[in-house]
Amino acid sequence: MADLSFDQTQQSKFGKTTLRIILYVLLTLFALYYLLPLFVMVTTSLKSLEEIRTGSLIALPREITFDAWKIAWASACTGIQCEGLRPYFWNSVLLAVPAVLLSTLLGALNGYVVAQWRFRGANLIFSLMLFGCFIPFQVVLLPMARLLGLMGIAGTIPGLIFVHVIYGIGFTTLFFRNYYVTIPSELVKAAKVDGANFLRIFWSIFLPLSLPIIVVTVIWQFTQIWNDFLFGVSFSQAGTQPVTVALNNIVNSTTGVKEYNVDMAAAIIAALPTLLVYVVAGKYFIRGLTAGSVKG
Amino acid sequence: MAPILDIQNLFKNYGTTEILKNINVSIEPGDFLVLVGPSGCGKSTLLNCIAGLEPTTGGNLFIDGQDMTHVSPKDRDIAMVFQSYALYPTMSVAKNITFGMKVRGVDAATQERKLNEVANQLQIEPLLNRRPGQLSGGQRQRVAMGRALVRDPKLFLFDEPLSNLDAKLRVEMRSEIKKLHQNLGATMVYVTHDQIEAMTLATKIVVMRGGVIQQIGTPAEIYNKPANLFVADFMGSPAMNLIPATVLRNGKGAQIEISREGKEPILLHDQKAIDLPEKVILGLRPEDIAEAGFRAGENIQEAECHVEMVEPAGADTYVVSELGGKQVTARLHAETRASAGENLRFAFDLAKASYFEPETGNRLN
Repeated sequence: MADLSFDQTQQSKFGKTTLRIILYVLLTLFALYYLLPLFVMVTTSLKSLEEIRTGSLIALPREITFDAWKIAWASACTGIQCEGLRPYFWNSVLLAVPAVLLSTLLGALNGYVVAQWRFRGANLIFSLMLFGCFIPFQVVLLPMARLLGLMGIAGTIPGLIFVHVIYGIGFTTLFFRNYYVTIPSELVKAAKVDGANFLRIFWSIFLPLSLPIIVVTVIWQFTQIWNDFLFGVSFSQAGTQPVTVALNNIVNSTTGVKEYNVDMAAAIIAALPTLLVYVVAGKYFIRGLTAGSVKG
Repeated sequence: MAPILDIQNLFKNYGTTEILKNINVSIEPGDFLVLVGPSGCGKSTLLNCIAGLEPTTGGNLFIDGQDMTHVSPKDRDIAMVFQSYALYPTMSVAKNITFGMKVRGVDAATQERKLNEVANQLQIEPLLNRRPGQLSGGQRQRVAMGRALVRDPKLFLFDEPLSNLDAKLRVEMRSEIKKLHQNLGATMVYVTHDQIEAMTLATKIVVMRGGVIQQIGTPAEIYNKPANLFVADFMGSPAMNLIPATVLRNGKGAQIEISREGKEPILLHDQKAIDLPEKVILGLRPEDIAEAGFRAGENIQEAECHVEMVEPAGADTYVVSELGGKQVTARLHAETRASAGENLRFAFDLAKASYFEPETGNRLN
């Protein structure tokens, strides 16, 4: 009996180790597969054009040069202007920061009302907001263009902020509503008896509880708005274009030789802020997605 | 004395469902009113109506003579302790307690003084800088009480405040609430589904079922003279024995006949029963049935019964036998020699008997 069980444990231990090894090999392969494009982008952006033409795509640069990055940032041509990504990058910042803040704040207020201040028709309004999440961008392009024209903010950064805030409210409301329904309603009752009003309860009790969900919403909204191309290309004009549109213009408006190193550098620059947000706030993102009930 | 809380013809509907039906209650300053009933009886809704957290459908509610029916909770001069304590999770204990004063714009010095008074009273000074999440259940309970006490309101409202505590702590906190009530002389309204809590705390009990008040009275009235079968069954543990019986009348007076399976019926004399209808339900508390020879009273009647089960409970021994097709529990002294399967002579204290009408369940005597 004793021998038999000893054999079995030996065997299962061996089987477990083999499975672990296979698992790690597979995971490593997947990771490499996912990292390969980034690797090619980074190495290509650090090569000179000469080296790109003669060398292999996945080879490391023989000589590292940041020329392509400088050109992409400050002097690459988007159509007739040759100022690089810099002005458009700042356009994107000026657009994304207020749009993210506004849509997050409105989502928090909406979620608070829908979850904790039930009123007749609250469910209907929440359903309509959810429905708004699933309307394809293309459908709203023409009506939105008309609306922006009527409001006199067509082709401006405030116009783009407006579009992104409107489009973001559905998602941000959903996030905050789902977070706030887990908070016991007795908290609101207690605060009401204590004499606090609607805004006071939101400000003093609900907002301080909301850090995880604020982080989730900010990351989500920032990624959406920074990476957006369709609204950017539709509702902007020369001078107000966001970085994604400028990137497209840089890549598409080369004359003669295609400067792959500049294109790659520009693409990385355009993607850096979202990467940065994930690195800085990523752990809160996971925590916020899984954080449910608030224990009081 | 004018009533501090006066509820007149209060109705509450959710859509077409009636939650509270024609509630009339009034209490004097210093009263401890307990609303008790099974879950879903509307007691918490009634408390929320008193607090102003639920709008009423009809009727009026006066606090200290003022019509508060449509006044918002913050202007009713009430404080409330919730079942889940509802402490503000991101605030320290001190901030939790002073939040109400801060919102009302009380100056910092007064806040500080009142905070210290209450913290001292509840012995929570070492906890003032902690967050609710770092407290045990009993400590949270104290903080929740502190938040109510610091307001010094006209009415304290408690919504099942002890039901999240373990049994030992619950008994401790129960006596502390009672002490608090005696020391402060404050008026309290307290909701519970626990009839023992109701009995021990209340100066006045309201028993509710299905949104209707079944009986209002002092704990003794409710216990000794339940108004109907529901109250008789709900209040008291173990529950009152409710035995179907027949009233027999002859020249000498009235007898209560209780049938038994396979044996001749028991006959008990009770002159009170002379005016009762023929079919009644006899209500006797377990402590009003004792072992023969161990009970004295104005009207003790004895009868031999078959013991089916013996449950020693330390201080007492509960003995179960079958009468009138019902399990009947008697509360005997701890050293009783009763044993299951044997016969024992019981003493029935009929002076304490309640009689109910079988159809309506209403009290007859």
